[in-house]
Amino acid sequence: MGKIIKYVFYDIVRSKIVLAYTVFLLLLSLGLFHLGGNPDKAILSLLNLVLLTVPLISIVFATTHFYNSYEFIELLVAQPINRSKIFMSEYLGVAGSLSGAFLLGVGVPVLLFGASATGGYLLLTGVLITFIFVAMAFLASVITRDKAKGIGVALLLWFYFALIYDGLVLLILFTFSDYPLENPTLVLTALNPVDLGRIIVLLNLDASALMGYTGALYKSILGSFWGISLALGLMLLWILVPMVSSRQIFARRDL
Amino acid sequence: MKTLSNHLLLLVCTLVLLPLSFQVKGGTLNVCNTCTYTSVKQAVKAAKSGDKVVVNGGVYQEAGIEITKPLTLVGVNRPVLDGNFKGQIITIMADHVVVKGLTLKNIATSYTRDDAAIRVVERHQVKILNNTILNTYFGIYLQNAEFCEIRGNVVSGKDVAGQNESALGNAIHLWHCNNAVITGNTLRGHRDGIYLEFVKDSHVKDNLSQNNLRYGLHFMFSDGNVYTHNTFRKNGAGVAVMYTRNIRMEYNTFENNWGAASYGLLLKDISNSQIYHNTFRQNTSGIYMESSSRLDVQRNTFDRNGWAIRLLSSCTEDVFSQNNFTGNSFDVSTNGNSTLNRFENNYWDKYTGYDLNKDKVGDVPYRPVSLYSMLIEKVPSSVMFMRSFMVDLMDNVEKVLPSFIPDQLIDEHPVMRRIKDDNHREFTKTVR
Repeated sequence: MGKIIKYVFYDIVRSKIVLAYTVFLLLLSLGLFHLGGNPDKAILSLLNLVLLTVPLISIVFATTHFYNSYEFIELLVAQPINRSKIFMSEYLGVAGSLSGAFLLGVGVPVLLFGASATGGYLLLTGVLITFIFVAMAFLASVITRDKAKGIGVALLLWFYFALIYDGLVLLILFTFSDYPLENPTLVLTALNPVDLGRIIVLLNLDASALMGYTGALYKSILGSFWGISLALGLMLLWILVPMVSSRQIFARRDL
Repeated sequence: MKTLSNHLLLLVCTLVLLPLSFQVKGGTLNVCNTCTYTSVKQAVKAAKSGDKVVVNGGVYQEAGIEITKPLTLVGVNRPVLDGNFKGQIITIMADHVVVKGLTLKNIATSYTRDDAAIRVVERHQVKILNNTILNTYFGIYLQNAEFCEIRGNVVSGKDVAGQNESALGNAIHLWHCNNAVITGNTLRGHRDGIYLEFVKDSHVKDNLSQNNLRYGLHFMFSDGNVYTHNTFRKNGAGVAVMYTRNIRMEYNTFENNWGAASYGLLLKDISNSQIYHNTFRQNTSGIYMESSSRLDVQRNTFDRNGWAIRLLSSCTEDVFSQNNFTGNSFDVSTNGNSTLNRFENNYWDKYTGYDLNKDKVGDVPYRPVSLYSMLIEKVPSSVMFMRSFMVDLMDNVEKVLPSFIPDQLIDEHPVMRRIKDDNHREFTKTVR
């Protein structure tokens, strides 16, 4: 398994796309830290960036990578290796290299200019989101053999989680504004990993506006050690569910 | 002619000598462990009108000192009067009394009597200067006392965390007192730092009020007062002013008032007043306004608040001009569509317009109310979506094509640069 991961990893690094991704993140975060002056502000801008670009790049890159290495996977399947082992190696190779790129590109500037608990949460969120969206990409890729369709599904997933979902929930909240909505909102945000990541970072950062009555309520629920652990646990669940289900599909599928 | 000049001379002499004779007449009574008087109570009892009672350094276990004649009570070398939780320490029932340089401490919570370290009852021209008051229920309590001066005192209660509001008294409490002067006091650990009710034409200046359970400053029905250069910090709910006309609030600092129901400045039923040159920093809400009208809010700085201004639609004819709004999560929020207030020439850091003719005034108007802040006002739960990309998108679309936000609530002439107030501030510092 270690050997396959190594192969996948080398393959990705050779393709230079991950390198470009690293440089892109590095330039952006360095730029933000230099422009803003205030590290808190820079982390806030970085948060928006991380929550938008990291899922997009993770999901698109992982999907294309999966289809491009189809022949390599077929070759491996012909060998006496367990299918789920092959799948896990592919997954860890891709997710690991993308997280590495993220940690280099965003982590180094954050540690240099804005080292704080919030910065730590930002990095953790970024890595978790990378793992989540690579898992979703793999799910999209094992569902269909058609590359265009797979990428389409992947993009749709990104679009849904990064954009549409918030709009839908806001619409729901607005429609049912006459009812007590504190707990439903909490449940609804837990159903979107991007929102979860945002809230984890935000509760450590933009406390002032979140401090109104509702904000205080959420802070008391999510700001505590248990709340953060719960949010992180939910994000882990968001990795496990698509990963395990796509592994299952891959193991049984007719290639 | 001669008699007239003689008369005049006599008059002048009397006028000059009168206060002098007052001074000369008064003897000095010393209080210390080895003096004739070993307790303040004895000395006060023995003293005649106009005498001076000097309390020397040491600890005196005393309560219930009643001053019924015009005396000057002075502490030398920081004497301590320990009330031992046996009730009020000093009660002033005479005009022209001066209490100075004492340390008073330990008064128990008394729900029926409202015990205070120093209480002035229906007398005028009393001065309470440079005292330190520790661990008391009420600190300084004035009732029906006019022309009094409270200067340079430190009133420090207990750690208010977890305390019940009714178990704490106010540091400085004035009730029906006109023309009072309250300057340079430091107040902490009480229910309200300064509490004024039915207090007219008074000056509150240079005070520091922090870590109080409820309000740093609280006044009601107190018209015509002036509040300048005070600092209100980390109070449970900030500063609350209600049912009052004709006040001036200038150069005050309101900061770090955090919490679910906390404000920098809460205005309720205030009218015809000026709020100039104040700084609101890191409050949950900078100013919260309800039913307030004809207020002039000028040249204030709103920095890093959750909401800089929450303007309820019951407010009318208020003018906001030349204020700086920087780093606030929301600049202005409102709960209705009324447009009876005016914003002009403010600096908004979120303003994205341009200035083609370089007159330092933006060419396109700024709408300080965002769609999202309206949404939060209606559905508080949506605060969870703060800084979500969707929300930013919504706000920007709304900015371009306004359809929900009150389109009359607008700053037609936002300024491009931050309004500098420093020169003016330096100037007033030297003046004061």
